[in-house]
Amino acid sequence: MCLAIPGKIIELDKKKQNATVDYGSGTKRKANVSLVQVKIGDYVLVHAGFAIQVLDEKEALETLALFREMLSLQEEER
Amino acid sequence: MFSLRDKQLADDIISQITKAKVHLRFMHVCGTHQDTLVKHGLDALLQRCGIEIGQGPGCPVCVTTPKEIEEILLLAKHGKTIATFGDMTRVPGVSSSLQQMKTEGCDVRTVYSIEDALILAEKHKGKEIVFMAVGFETTAPTTASVLLRDPPLNFSVLCCHRLIPPALQAILQMGELKIDGFIEPGHVSTIIGTKPYEFISRKYQVPQVIAGFEPLDLLMAVWMLVRQIQRGKAVVENEYVRAVKQQGNKKAQHVMQQVFEPMDVKWRGFPMIPRSGLRLRKKYEPYDARKKYEDELQKIAKEEFVEPTGCLCGDVLRGLISSKQCPLFGRECTPENPVGPCMVSSEGNCSIQYRYTKK
Repeated sequence: MCLAIPGKIIELDKKKQNATVDYGSGTKRKANVSLVQVKIGDYVLVHAGFAIQVLDEKEALETLALFREMLSLQEEER
Repeated sequence: MFSLRDKQLADDIISQITKAKVHLRFMHVCGTHQDTLVKHGLDALLQRCGIEIGQGPGCPVCVTTPKEIEEILLLAKHGKTIATFGDMTRVPGVSSSLQQMKTEGCDVRTVYSIEDALILAEKHKGKEIVFMAVGFETTAPTTASVLLRDPPLNFSVLCCHRLIPPALQAILQMGELKIDGFIEPGHVSTIIGTKPYEFISRKYQVPQVIAGFEPLDLLMAVWMLVRQIQRGKAVVENEYVRAVKQQGNKKAQHVMQQVFEPMDVKWRGFPMIPRSGLRLRKKYEPYDARKKYEDELQKIAKEEFVEPTGCLCGDVLRGLISSKQCPLFGRECTPENPVGPCMVSSEGNCSIQYRYTKK
């Protein structure tokens, strides 16, 4: 139920209410984007037909590096 | 889309957790977390490191009460067109299920989004469309967003939305289980942010980490909880920074505020939990199925409905037993013939356990 799928906004209507979201592997679907502020190219999490949050691309790309850093800091403390 | 798999990193996290030499019990409240834990064998792996993780009341379909099921069945019986999410149609009530009623001629539609239900109402002005709105803070804004658009008056909502933080408090207050930390649901948190969890850490000295849904997200969340405990801390930390902002989604919070107000509701397996449910504000009464069809629902208004005989979904939802400890699991109760909702919903503990381990 709380499953949300990440996808990239590839089309956006003028009122910025509805968008086409590309989920990769050729899967594209319409989503309501009225609950978020988005532009074309943004990554969003889509739940039950609505984008519920914009994904921070920089944070997403740096996630693993951040984890590694946290672990090594902990090792140093030992 | 973003690669978040790294075996070496997983090994390093497990190694650090093992070195901590702890015996702890954590609870999460999300079917998608449970799916990741069981699918990838993380539950068994962590158990070997001294960490037990169980799913609490984190499946919106599962915590829906027998009474709510009877309400929607009665409305279906009275000729309304019922629209709801797929899992909901299969939950057995006392007398029947929506799916069963469909085979008997009632009009029951499975929808992917509340917007599909709205389209039905716009297309079929002669039909009364009732959307059974289940879901936590992740889903409630979608319902609110549609009601703010002045839908046609043949559209209404049987509101069964519930809120996560009051349920966490209820679990701790009931005190049936010692919980050393909570892994908080990432997608609920995209909406509410980190603040609504803070009182729990302050009041009950329980550490919390908001987590994403990749295997590494969950391992990292466990590691962060262990680190808090080792340092004697009890605060809210956010592991899922790529999606969860401290303030949450303000726009979604605002639409929820406009449409809903909190109310005391029961959850399956739980007594009344104060301010843990949402009802439509007075302004939206014309769309409130409980007001609109008050006369028709009167028949069961004072009735109490019990869970199916032998069903231990209540105990599973309170984290007291694992699915496999229920005598019905995999015997009388299977995904094909579910007795309780935890075997119906793809987010339900029993359904997940059955899917990955009962072969």
